[in-house]
Amino acid sequence: MTAEAAQATRTQPVVEVSGVSVSFPGVKALQSVGLTLWPGEVHALMGENGAGKSTLIKALTGVYSIDEGTILVGGEERTFHSPAESQAAGISTVYQEINLCTNLTVAENMMLGREPRSFGRIDTREMNRRAGDVLTRLGLELDPKSQLGTHPIAIQQLVAIARAVDIDAELLILDEPTSSLDADEVAKLFEVMRTLRTNGVAIVFVSHFLDQVFEVSDRMTVLRNGQFVGEYVTADTTQLEVVRAMIGRELETLEKIEQAAEEHTVKAQGAPLLEVLQLGRKGSVEAVDLQVFEGEVIGVAGLLGSGRTELARLLFGADTADNGDMRVRSKHTKLRTPRQAIDQKIAFSSENRRSEGVIEDLSIADNMVLAMQASRGWLRPIPAKTKDRLVRKYIEALDIRPADPQALMRNLSGGNQQKVLLARWLITEPELLILDEPTRGIDIGAKAQIQQLVADLAKDGMSVVFISAELEEVLRLSDRLVVMRDRRKIDERANEDVSVSDVLEIIAGEVRADA
Amino acid sequence: MRSLTKHALFWPLFALVLLLVVNVIATPSFFSIRVQDGHLYGSLIDILRNGAPTLLIALGMTLVIATRGIDLSVGAIVAISGAVACTYMAGSPDESTAGRAIVAMSMAVGVSILLGLWNGFLVSVLGIQPIIATLVLMTAGRGLAMLITDGQITTVNNAAFKKVGAGFVMGLPVAILIALAVFAITALLTRRTALGMLIEAVGINPEASRLAGVRARTITWTVYVFVAFCAGIAGLMIASNTSAADANSAGLWIELDAILAVVIGGTSLAGGRFSLTGTLIGAMFIQTLATTIPTIGIPAETNYLFKAVAVIAVCLLQSPKARAALSVRRTSSLHAKGASA
Amino acid sequence: MSAQAPTIKDLGSSLPDSIRRFTPPPRFYPVIATFALFIGMFGAGSIRYEGFSSPQTVLSVLVDNSFLIVLAVGMTFVILTGGIDLSVGSVVALSTMIAASTLRAGWSAPLVVVAVLLTGSVLGLLMGLVIHYFEIQPFIVTLAGMFLARGLCYVISLESIPIKNETFTSFASGTIELGDYFITPSVVVALIVLVIAAVVLHMTRFGRTVYAVGGSEQSALLMGLAVARTKVGVYVISGFCSALAGLLFSIYTLSGYNLGAVGMELDAIAAVVIGGTLLTGGSGLVLGSAVGVLVLGLIQSFISFDGTLSSWWTKITIGVLLLVFVLIQRLFTRRAV
Repeated sequence: MTAEAAQATRTQPVVEVSGVSVSFPGVKALQSVGLTLWPGEVHALMGENGAGKSTLIKALTGVYSIDEGTILVGGEERTFHSPAESQAAGISTVYQEINLCTNLTVAENMMLGREPRSFGRIDTREMNRRAGDVLTRLGLELDPKSQLGTHPIAIQQLVAIARAVDIDAELLILDEPTSSLDADEVAKLFEVMRTLRTNGVAIVFVSHFLDQVFEVSDRMTVLRNGQFVGEYVTADTTQLEVVRAMIGRELETLEKIEQAAEEHTVKAQGAPLLEVLQLGRKGSVEAVDLQVFEGEVIGVAGLLGSGRTELARLLFGADTADNGDMRVRSKHTKLRTPRQAIDQKIAFSSENRRSEGVIEDLSIADNMVLAMQASRGWLRPIPAKTKDRLVRKYIEALDIRPADPQALMRNLSGGNQQKVLLARWLITEPELLILDEPTRGIDIGAKAQIQQLVADLAKDGMSVVFISAELEEVLRLSDRLVVMRDRRKIDERANEDVSVSDVLEIIAGEVRADA
Repeated sequence: MRSLTKHALFWPLFALVLLLVVNVIATPSFFSIRVQDGHLYGSLIDILRNGAPTLLIALGMTLVIATRGIDLSVGAIVAISGAVACTYMAGSPDESTAGRAIVAMSMAVGVSILLGLWNGFLVSVLGIQPIIATLVLMTAGRGLAMLITDGQITTVNNAAFKKVGAGFVMGLPVAILIALAVFAITALLTRRTALGMLIEAVGINPEASRLAGVRARTITWTVYVFVAFCAGIAGLMIASNTSAADANSAGLWIELDAILAVVIGGTSLAGGRFSLTGTLIGAMFIQTLATTIPTIGIPAETNYLFKAVAVIAVCLLQSPKARAALSVRRTSSLHAKGASA
Repeated sequence: MSAQAPTIKDLGSSLPDSIRRFTPPPRFYPVIATFALFIGMFGAGSIRYEGFSSPQTVLSVLVDNSFLIVLAVGMTFVILTGGIDLSVGSVVALSTMIAASTLRAGWSAPLVVVAVLLTGSVLGLLMGLVIHYFEIQPFIVTLAGMFLARGLCYVISLESIPIKNETFTSFASGTIELGDYFITPSVVVALIVLVIAAVVLHMTRFGRTVYAVGGSEQSALLMGLAVARTKVGVYVISGFCSALAGLLFSIYTLSGYNLGAVGMELDAIAAVVIGGTLLTGGSGLVLGSAVGVLVLGLIQSFISFDGTLSSWWTKITIGVLLLVFVLIQRLFTRRAV
């Protein structure tokens, strides 16, 4: 291997993470994960949402404390208790959400915490000069004295990188740095990365844009479900192999699930329940055409950041579309709030269970009836008997545990929380159910139950938009398949004889869909 | 015993009972209630009556705090409400008729509701932080009240009006009956309709509530109107008790007492689950404390000191961080025991 | 209001070109707006009332509000981090009580000053520690601090205590002549505090971290800044400033009064907001807060010069100004988002 040959000439890794585990209450976020970073390499860290990339980075930089495992920096074992400590050890990080202060100037943001001082006071002129130098070196024409908040997000992202570069780091971690950059800006960033690599800096590059990863990285490490899957040399691997490693085949899951959902029919008859034309929103999804017919399951496949979630939010009015047309039951409709979608019998279960679904301090019963109660208004409470009946019915039907309607939502496992949220929407008797990653991060048993439920609902005439990163699941359930990539719909086909590897190829972009 | 101490209302109730016990030791006749002219008198009755305005406002404040908000302007609304009622009565030719009193009180409550609408508008429609939005009225409110009374302490002579704060019905002070009625109505409104649950949902997770179709804006607006309504009634009570509107000192710092009552009653300032019963206990605790201090021979003014201690104690008991620090010590001492055994 | 428009216009046209071409950085806009308001009010007053136009009017505002400037400076630090300090009024009262009682007990003036400043800082430190380490809202912690300090006032004495110490009385009666006009030593103290605060905020790492924490505490933490030290530090500063303001207040009134300075925290907060500091933190200047105090003081002068206007118009005007500034702030923050 070429990488091994290269390694022989190097003395030792900049950072060596081995056997690291991190757990949060009830969740094992990382299990015995390793990562080796050599000087002068761009190392991509790959994995789906929830795979543990961000957790690994935060464990490495001292934001989270680790339960097990070791972190060697320059051959020495270190324990970081705060980002400040890891920074002092030469590890510099640019996080996914831009962690800068928009109320301060560009130069201040780059120099905060290590401003040049003379006689104990900050030498503002020197600070601006130094910041200007770094910006020029990165080819950015920016006034260091301007306020950061006045610049577009992309520029702010580059400033964050400029800050990291100026720290004289031995290891630079870039977590999704390109998600808000356009092609020119990405090219500029890559140029900077290559310069740094030449200077011997190790760079961790996290991105869900496969093309970019393959363009700039030397090696990559893939994580899945908090576990290490493999390390690959970029030159010796293909996009297909990496996507396969990221998404994985959960054979055990497959076997456990009844094959009830295997019959797929094309149900494109009559007028569609929902039809969108060129629906889009700046910066999230580009002009999508889509038809959903009654009793049909549309599977949406695509990697994280492909626009799959953003599309779902537009269909539900959680975000407002800024172009395109929407027709519900052939009637021209514009959705501005979730409330309007609910009135149209559309339901949406978000992928962010914790922040956008669960009301932690309320009971199972209250969580279940929330959507129904909201549409009735506060003056017309659901009669206690009806509420009790509905809640018991769904606790039983979905096998929710504990089966106590008064149990607090925060004490439930992820799978059971998900079932309660599904029940919340089923109680409203929707005609279109949009499910975004309903099975992520839940145990296999619950996963199978939810898949079965979706199949049964469709059989009873409900339309479902089913979004998942797990292709097996999407293929098993859907009648029609939509593939998203780079915020666009790149493929749509009936689910007939489509295999996982077909979809992988479409996602990896190796087969151009001839739509 | 462990499960008892874990109950949300254990510590507030414990503190209240402790105070009552201290009182009984200091004055053995503390619990005695005597009947005079068919009216009930006694220390307990006094505490309830004097605590009625704070309780009223604290009830409204509980709902506001449940939505992650706060209302600093209630003290000012108390002053305005009293000022409107008294000025109207004093200025009319038939000052002492019951009809006049009813019109005056309706006007006062009406004005209070308008002020509540104003606060709610700033918070829910314009999206201004509650603490700042209500600070505006807190600052300007007393000035407005003085504008209404022309800076005078407006006294009125109206028997019907006098009843609200100082009268008796069936032997009980009217103020207590009003406060308990509002308590009951609030409890019914929040727990018998879906209002309570929706308020909690908005307070715990606004985004999840929005996605579930809850009209968060309307709910937020409503609670500010409600607390202003409560403050308006409390203002009438205070004005009626002295038959005068004192724009300067009526309801001074009552917003702080009300917030304290809510916090002591176990409703977190971070919003979410609320307990009206807890607020009732909290309000009674504050009033009992004010009564107890002079009874046991400490200058009444140092009352503040004890309030401070009570707030900090309750907040620390509720703070997850402080609890964690405590439980770590407890479990580590358990471990130590286990090792020695 | 109609009177102020021409005043500003006249001023603008008489400015030399070099100044007119100079465009100040955006962070000065709110201060400039507040200052324009101040000038406008001063102009309107000068047209309306005889004797108002004298520079002494402004200097008197400074003399009568020097303690409030110190208080507002401390409050600015806290609000810049996104916090709030409700205890300052009570700490002022407590400081006057400590000063008066220890002086009566025969302590020397320098020792008294040190004791008062130390007490205020320790109170601030305690509140800061509770706020940061137990993650309890600043509002409730400083509310408890407010009650605690007020309660301690009464523990010291139930009555007000006069101050007869020579150092204090001579400081109180001292004036500094500026030509035909005068200020008091307290004004000098307030201005020195203002300058030091501005230097600390803009030229030290601590100061810049204050702004960073207010901009985004999460970001500040991930940038490796000393967030804990900064968050606790601002409450210590506010406590120190409250104690210093208390000393100035005790000199102004020459007594320790346990019912004094009630509601002064609201004046301080109002001055900070009117001075252009965002209550959500991260943006604002101590200079603005000082100008905010001047605006509040000038409203008082207006009312005392008029004689027919009732005192309550002060509160109503402050309320209206608060509203206007809060609405403008809201507009600006919305645009930024």
